[in-house]
Amino acid sequence: MKILKIFLIIFLSVGFTKLKSDEKSDEFKNKVLKNIRCLICQGQSVYDSESDFASSIKLLVAKKINEGEAEEQIYEYLREKYGDWIIYDPELNKNTYILWLLPLLLFFAGGAIIYKKISIKK
Amino acid sequence: MKNKLNLIILFLLLSFCFIIFYKGLSNSNTYTPKVNYKKNIPVFEARDFNSNTNITSEKVFEKDIYYLVNIWASWCVPCREEHSLLMELSKNQSIELIGLNYRDNLKNAKEFINKLGNPYSRILLDDKGTLGIEFGAYGVPETFLIDRNKKIIKKFVGPINQEILNDIKLIIK
Repeated sequence: MKILKIFLIIFLSVGFTKLKSDEKSDEFKNKVLKNIRCLICQGQSVYDSESDFASSIKLLVAKKINEGEAEEQIYEYLREKYGDWIIYDPELNKNTYILWLLPLLLFFAGGAIIYKKISIKK
Repeated sequence: MKNKLNLIILFLLLSFCFIIFYKGLSNSNTYTPKVNYKKNIPVFEARDFNSNTNITSEKVFEKDIYYLVNIWASWCVPCREEHSLLMELSKNQSIELIGLNYRDNLKNAKEFINKLGNPYSRILLDDKGTLGIEFGAYGVPETFLIDRNKKIIKKFVGPINQEILNDIKLIIK
């Protein structure tokens, strides 16, 4: 009886560990898919879309994750095939300098104006 | 003087925004991926439509000629439109057509070929659509022209028309 109990505990814990790891890999897969733009229905991410293109990308991403590829490697592969636009999170390069730096510039310019106004009032 | 300068700056800023948005109105709101010209053909292994055996990309593109990779499916209406033009092109000796049967039912695909003719020297099966992604395709029909150096030199989204066919003939001449 005792042996049976021990066996049952081991069996369940192994089962749950697998369930937990599946959950984790699903979470990672969904995170990647949410960051890929569907080129057929362009307002949606691949995660949300049910188009043929999106389901092919879903299969491909799952395969690449199983093969142990990192998030950035998957994005790089898709960028090479379809260009920067397919990823929602654009990387910093010569085409996106303005996109990334303009908010920072505006922030500092605004800060400088406020600072100047305050120091004049004093 | 200072007020005048502020007004001018404000006016310039607003004009700049107006021009940007006005220009944006005429831009297409759908994105078409740019073709990286002279991109190498992908390395892959796929199932052959007729023999159902696996074949490598090296074997598919082994000859020293031009290749036209055409993504098609029996359920795709524009594919029917372009089929007669592909049949015409297949008579040309300096090019071979490779079909990529995209997410299709094998029985329907065979019926399609039997009814409309087979312009392809080889057809590869892409039942999951992942082979199309290797080529950078996102729908059907799409066509890629590959030169003798095994580089993709042209990509055509949508069905081939007479104008495109003439272009292809001119390139492979």
